[in-house]
Amino acid sequence: MAIMPDFLIRALLGGVAIAVVAGPMGVFVVWRRMAYFGAAMAHSALLGVALALLLEVNITLAIMTVCMVIAVALVRPRRRSTLPDDTLLGILAHGALALGLVVIALQDNLRIDLLSYLFGDILAVTEGDLAWIFGGGVAALGVMAVIWRPLLAATVHEELAQVEGVAVARVRLIFMVLLAVVIAVGLKLVGMLLITSLLIIPAAAARACAATPEQMALGASLIGGLAVIGGLYGSLVWDSPAGPSIVIAAMLLFALVTGAARIFRMRL
Amino acid sequence: MTPAKILAEASRVDVAFSGNAVLSNVDLVVREREIVTLIGPNGSGKSTLVRLVLGLLEADRGRVFLRPGLRIGYMPQRLVIDDALPLTVERFLALGGAATRRARLAALGEVAVARLADTPIQKISGGEMQRVLLARALLREPDLLVLDEPAQGVDMTGQAELFKLITGIRDRRGCGVLMVSHDLHLVMASSDSVVCLNTHVCCTGHPETVTRHPAYIELFGPLATEGLAVYTHRHDHRHGPDGRVVEHDHTNSHGDHA
Repeated sequence: MAIMPDFLIRALLGGVAIAVVAGPMGVFVVWRRMAYFGAAMAHSALLGVALALLLEVNITLAIMTVCMVIAVALVRPRRRSTLPDDTLLGILAHGALALGLVVIALQDNLRIDLLSYLFGDILAVTEGDLAWIFGGGVAALGVMAVIWRPLLAATVHEELAQVEGVAVARVRLIFMVLLAVVIAVGLKLVGMLLITSLLIIPAAAARACAATPEQMALGASLIGGLAVIGGLYGSLVWDSPAGPSIVIAAMLLFALVTGAARIFRMRL
Repeated sequence: MTPAKILAEASRVDVAFSGNAVLSNVDLVVREREIVTLIGPNGSGKSTLVRLVLGLLEADRGRVFLRPGLRIGYMPQRLVIDDALPLTVERFLALGGAATRRARLAALGEVAVARLADTPIQKISGGEMQRVLLARALLREPDLLVLDEPAQGVDMTGQAELFKLITGIRDRRGCGVLMVSHDLHLVMASSDSVVCLNTHVCCTGHPETVTRHPAYIELFGPLATEGLAVYTHRHDHRHGPDGRVVEHDHTNSHGDHA
């Protein structure tokens, strides 16, 4: 086999790094039933892109900021609202997405590749992106390690955790901010329409063979990493778009692991 | 005899949610070694009063006093853990804070479910879950146990066992107990003091006094006093947490360290 081109090495490094970080975050997205929340945050990312172009600031930073604002707006207690949470979430997310699209369209002098934000452009990952991914990834994993037990306790029962001394609101906010960071950085790989799947599919697959929360998180990182490798390989062989190929690889792994776990359990 | 020390006290507290009074001018005292039970119809403010004591909620008016350094063990009303979260019973207990595996097994033993330590928490029954929650509260080494509807989802005989367990814990550990229930007669038999709540305190005092109080009869109807008034359960056998009859006293571990 020929030596891998640089862009492919960068894609692999960046993709696997994102998948590894997405593992422990994704399990909490699954446990806390936040799949739709993650999707909403990702949708609003386009507004970040639009604002970055408008104000000429760093795109990743702008996306992070918008995601965080949305996250904080969403976790604030809303006792007075008569509408269900997912409805409010939808209004906010789709509103932000539409606003982003309009702002981008109105800037005549700018031609940006909208598709690369919607579906990702992992093969275009630059060394600068890699620095973001590794820096942000290490920081995110470090923070996750610190808040792991309190976040888990709060996920199981918020009030019980609070009575037992967990700063529930603070821990939840930290997790939301981390999620915003991972979504902003991961956007480059699989795009805003598919980033949620990179969070939840590996985590869901890992459930089948995990007996502890930590095993599930590690399993999710592993399966996510394999999905990135498999998806990139597939996209090279069949010349398919890389982002969706990674998601398909994750789905195949999910089917494989879940099926294998079921057969194994039947034998027992 | 000097009166027992006060663990927690609410004085003249008011709480309203969006203009609707949930608690008005409510007093509550829980002393050392005392089992205080809050009874009242749905929506009478029982859980709100408990949340005040737990510090999960602030009163609009009045004050809540907790003895300085008071350790509270809390057993929430109901807990359903998502199947997506792989968690054994023992790991669930570990989430409550630093404690050794030995301490966790001992706590499970105290509530007679030590055999469940390595069982996935989604696989245990409702009655077993209540005991596991109680074990988690006990691991806090509490001065005050706060139990929100501990008998929920537990059948009648199981309830009798549970209340016996709670009184046993009080006797052994000397902690105070604040309990919410809407099951009348079982509670009556195991409480030192009953607070009958319906936004305001209707009546309060010893179980026998309360059941004869006109406000109590008005609230729960005359049926509540007939035959059920003070229920003293006498069992010549014991039940396991799953409801099975356990034949010999010395083979089970209902926490009797006789």
